[in-house]
Amino acid sequence: MSTEAVQPGADQPEQRRIGVYICHCGGNISDYVDVNAVREALAEEPGVVVSESPVFACSDGTQHDMIDAIHDQHLDGLVVASCSPKLHQVTFRNVAKRADLNQYAYTQVNVREQASWAHPHDRAGATEKAIGLVRAGVAKTRLSDPLEPLVVKTEPRTLVVGGGIAGLRAAIGLADLGIAVVLVEREAELGGWTGRFGPTFPDNRLGSDEVDELVEQIRGRRDITVYTRAELTGKAGSFGNYDVQLTLHREGSDKLLEVRVGSIIVATGFDSYAPDEGEYGYGMDGVLTLPEFKAMVDAAPSGPLTVNGRPVRSIGYIYCVGSRQEAPGNEYCSKFCCTATVHASLQVAALDPSIRQFHVYRDIRAYGRNELLFNESRDKGSTYLKFADDNPPAVSKLANGTLGLTVTDLLTESREVMLPVDLVVLVTGMVPRQNTSLVELLKLPLGSDGFFNEIHPKLRPVETVVDGVMIAGCCQSPRTVGESVAAGLAAVAQSAALLKKGFAELEPLVARVDPDKCTGSGACLTTCPYEAITSIQWEGRTIASVDPATCKGCGGCVPLCEQDAIDLLGYTDAQMRAAIEELVAAQPQKEPVA
Amino acid sequence: MAATPRVLVFSTINISDPGIDLAGSRHLEYPATVQTMAVPCSSGLKPSWLIHALDNGFEGVFVASDGEECAYLPDCAERTAEIISKAQAIMAERGIPAQRLKMAALCSVCAEPFANYMREFSTTLQALRAETSAA
Repeated sequence: MSTEAVQPGADQPEQRRIGVYICHCGGNISDYVDVNAVREALAEEPGVVVSESPVFACSDGTQHDMIDAIHDQHLDGLVVASCSPKLHQVTFRNVAKRADLNQYAYTQVNVREQASWAHPHDRAGATEKAIGLVRAGVAKTRLSDPLEPLVVKTEPRTLVVGGGIAGLRAAIGLADLGIAVVLVEREAELGGWTGRFGPTFPDNRLGSDEVDELVEQIRGRRDITVYTRAELTGKAGSFGNYDVQLTLHREGSDKLLEVRVGSIIVATGFDSYAPDEGEYGYGMDGVLTLPEFKAMVDAAPSGPLTVNGRPVRSIGYIYCVGSRQEAPGNEYCSKFCCTATVHASLQVAALDPSIRQFHVYRDIRAYGRNELLFNESRDKGSTYLKFADDNPPAVSKLANGTLGLTVTDLLTESREVMLPVDLVVLVTGMVPRQNTSLVELLKLPLGSDGFFNEIHPKLRPVETVVDGVMIAGCCQSPRTVGESVAAGLAAVAQSAALLKKGFAELEPLVARVDPDKCTGSGACLTTCPYEAITSIQWEGRTIASVDPATCKGCGGCVPLCEQDAIDLLGYTDAQMRAAIEELVAAQPQKEPVA
Repeated sequence: MAATPRVLVFSTINISDPGIDLAGSRHLEYPATVQTMAVPCSSGLKPSWLIHALDNGFEGVFVASDGEECAYLPDCAERTAEIISKAQAIMAERGIPAQRLKMAALCSVCAEPFANYMREFSTTLQALRAETSAA
């Protein structure tokens, strides 16, 4: 057979030369789906000339293999069955582009989120399902038309939601790159949690100073506009050109403001875990949460520490309060709180070295360099007592008015120890902030722990499934100040990557009228709210026509044409019907007799 | 006949499909005989595609629609409902039980509702099988 001048096109579907790659995803797919069986089944499909099952389809090596195969085997279509298109559709479209293959001859098939991960206990079922899904993908590629992306200008401005340290630093980072910023903060003051802190680890700088410094820089910049006591209350448009509505809460009445932005960074922070009344004695005089204690220590003048006028001679810390709980509680570790507590105990030691400090813990996770702070606290006299997960400490009121902290110490032959202390600090972790209206407005995905979900925890750590909407900081998961700022700056880089080009490529998957079928009934003309459909003259007849730049690609007009004259590219009638047929991989079941 | 009924879910790329992805990411298991095809918007589904699926081995069709959240069309819920009505009319004409087609709005984080819908729909279809074979 001649391999020259093979013209791809939906008009010759039977002559397509398609490469199919079924990814193992390093076990994420192949542990639950018989990837080899899928590969073998697909090798039998008409038009499939390459069927492979790489360990990681997205790896650089496999991408090169695909490009080589496209060239060597003269492929005119590509299908990769791996993860959700949200992750790697762009990756493999780029593979196609690099191999001079039309990127819309590529079809991504999701056999991870929608097969292997969903059916971990049904290997045969998941495998059969995957075969059907990949065959449907091949059918879509077989009937695909070569298309080019539509280009739209983007607005070089980013909305930052949240004026904590991550949002403030991100605003400056964006402005440094020449992207204008609108920052909204719900509270009257900027700075969030960090702005209220005194000395913070690892360098003992005052959180309030760090925030003041950022705010000072922002004041001097014309390209950053800040609204405090303001909220994001509306969003229209699409990535690159979002029209957002801000509500400014002002004396007497609310003011509304419309701004056009290209991208949105959400940095709305966290709430501190609020113990229940009675949880480790919470509610008793002298029992404080970590933020309450931190505020007290930060505000204390040098010299004796007092609580309610009484001098504090001893402190007991109970770690992991509200963290690492049994489901349905907070199963995660809040990660910052061990170090924050160790650091606060060093502040106390500096105020008055004679105060006795007892750290009652499950595990100390003062990771990385924070380990040095932990060692320093022991050098300064802090005592550490370890309790078992199933035997937590208890707090009681003693006759003399002080508190009793009772713990079975694993490090002292599991003896029960009762520590009389003046203060008990509950080392509380972070919990997701309740932001229902923002979640609904931006369609932000939430994880099972209630924090916002990024697309990929390692490779795309600040992007969300919503194009042009990034997340940064403790709204994603508990983390330290430094880690939050790093995420803020990652979101800056991603925003810049989207907006600095000045244009975005949009899907050319728009509606198209078949002039031969269109009878000019006009039924579709009023169905498009974007007014993308107009009447034109064509070969002496009046027919409908869709403007590709105005069409949003929803396909809403498609089912309303009595003549079946409208197709949505990428989802044409022929593609959909063929894909439906291919999904049923096994012998179709006999219909129940109606 | 397969133990669990084949179901075709029509999802939407930006709204219900991420919800279905999340169900998988969280390992909320549902029958593997459920397969999904994503389209940009549920208002773009042709009634004939729903019927085509029922004619080609799917016992049930589930439209996971955009509902009020649709970014494209403010009247998406009404449009999708109209598509379902048209498909139902064809089904009635052809004597296909109405229970084989179902629609529900599904949001981008509706992982648990999706898994529940699939288990329930599967049960409904199995009951329908039993009824049909008894009749």
